Amino acid sequence: MGQTISEKIISNHVGHKVYAGELVISDVDGAMASDTTGPLTIKAFKEMGGKKVFNPDKCALIIDHAAPSPNERIANLHKMMRDFAKEQGMRLFEIGEGICHQVMVENQYVKPGDIFIGADSHTPTYGALNAFACGVGSTDLAAVMMTGKIWLKVPQTIKIHCSGKLQDGVTAKDLILFLVGKVTVSGATYQAIEFCGEAFEGLSLASRMTIANMSSEMGAKTGIVHPAGLKLDYDFEAITPDADAKYIKTFDFDVSDLEPQVSAPESPDNVHNISNYEDTKINYAFIGTCCNGRLEDLDIAAKILKGKKIHPDVRMVIAPASQSVLLDAMSNGSMQTLIEAGASLITSGCGPCVGTHQGVPADGEVVISAANRNFRGRMGNPNSNIYLGAPATVAASALEGKITNPKKYLI
Amino acid sequence: MSTIKTTIEAKAHVYGNHIDTDRIIPGKYTKTLDLSTLANHVLEDLDPNFNKIVQSGDILVAGINFGCGSSREQAPLALKQSGISVVIAEDFARIFFRNAINIGLPVLEIGKHDIQKGAKLSIDLKQGIVNDITANKSYKATKLPDIMIDILSEGGLVNYLNKNGNYTL
Ligand code: SF4
Repeated sequence: MGQTISEKIISNHVGHKVYAGELVISDVDGAMASDTTGPLTIKAFKEMGGKKVFNPDKCALIIDHAAPSPNERIANLHKMMRDFAKEQGMRLFEIGEGICHQVMVENQYVKPGDIFIGADSHTPTYGALNAFACGVGSTDLAAVMMTGKIWLKVPQTIKIHCSGKLQDGVTAKDLILFLVGKVTVSGATYQAIEFCGEAFEGLSLASRMTIANMSSEMGAKTGIVHPAGLKLDYDFEAITPDADAKYIKTFDFDVSDLEPQVSAPESPDNVHNISNYEDTKINYAFIGTCCNGRLEDLDIAAKILKGKKIHPDVRMVIAPASQSVLLDAMSNGSMQTLIEAGASLITSGCGPCVGTHQGVPADGEVVISAANRNFRGRMGNPNSNIYLGAPATVAASALEGKITNPKKYLI
Repeated sequence: MSTIKTTIEAKAHVYGNHIDTDRIIPGKYTKTLDLSTLANHVLEDLDPNFNKIVQSGDILVAGINFGCGSSREQAPLALKQSGISVVIAEDFARIFFRNAINIGLPVLEIGKHDIQKGAKLSIDLKQGIVNDITANKSYKATKLPDIMIDILSEGGLVNYLNKNGNYTL
């Protein structure tokens, strides 16, 4: 019987063929926690009798969600993470090194065919690499760090096939917002997603990460992009599904006419064509996050803002996904362009995404953000409204002071 | 050593669909190991009164996709700290569901229901039966995988691993 990508990857790890619905205990290839989940992970690890992590080279802690620390309480939690990493001989990614998901990919903690478990809900991002990656909470992760294993139910898989090429000025973010709108925020709960078809084949690794990242916004356990067209700097063995693999559901879309998409408050699946929102005034524009804080995102924003100034009633915040993205954006000039246009650069990391520190919106304010979530209160103030769009949309909107279709600046 | 009561009789607090983890406990309060502080802010963006009216042992009832959003274990911990003894929903987001079991907060998935605010419920966790005493109606919960029953009956994953040292199927 044919297998999906998830069934194949899990089978390779447990040593025999498994199919959707089976309960397995599998070895994992890597594990990480951030400063939201890490301290509780460490506490649980000790309480469950953990002495040594299963493999210090495969485990990492990342200080990204509130970095640098905004107060003494969080400073002490960060210290606890540093101390634990040192004691265990595992790597701790310091403030400013970047967002957990970005640094895990850049530093090759995860590779095609791996099973990776992260204590963060956007861990499916690594599906861009043709890996099986799921998010868990702190106690689950503590158990992974202690045992090197996880219990899993092999998920059923939804196949999302998109034919056609995206138009110029329409990007991976628009495509995934469109798909989240169609599948809905709970449409893939407990299930894996496979993304395939022409629309994905030409995408860069960064764009594939944007796609896989938002599988979480459909409730999925993991979201894997088919490897066709995937280019990495190292050799890898791609995992493809069998022709007779069983899918629980298949979606088929022709996306060649897709317009830029916007997700309106207060759910990521409240998605419509940008034309529905084009006169919405904005106060605040944000580019960053594990969804869209990579070099190509800063480059497209810089292309739109080159030689111009953002609207006087708008403030703009940029949080690069990692230090390496920041350095690249400095050397190719994009960062200079963005700052000259009036943007404010903050530490590489999660920045304002999760409302813990930095850039909380005021009451009644409207934010256009390149992030992945717009739940009420997400950015720290339940009385503000968050719209999600592609980095190009955020940049064009910052320029005009209202939600703006970026296509005219790009073609 | 089980710390979970298997029969519960208490009052229901009923909320709607898609209650995300930011609404259960906003991100700004999650960075702490002092879990008692979580209870002060539980559900505050959804119902600012919740933390004043909730009583120890009460039951939280919701619609579909409860706990969607982030992986923060502080969400079920905040509910547990506030005194909630069990969460019932039509269905749950998967990370929340795992987290709740792992920290020893029972969760029951019962599909479509019409439990009303303030209803008196009696629950048999072992059998997965929810009786709505007020409406004289009964619901059967989806069966948990065996490993989850084992984890829950130990009072959570910490106790489970302390006892077993590793996972067993
Ligand atoms: S950038 Fe936002 S969504 Fe991504 S890991 Fe950080 S807080 Fe979570």
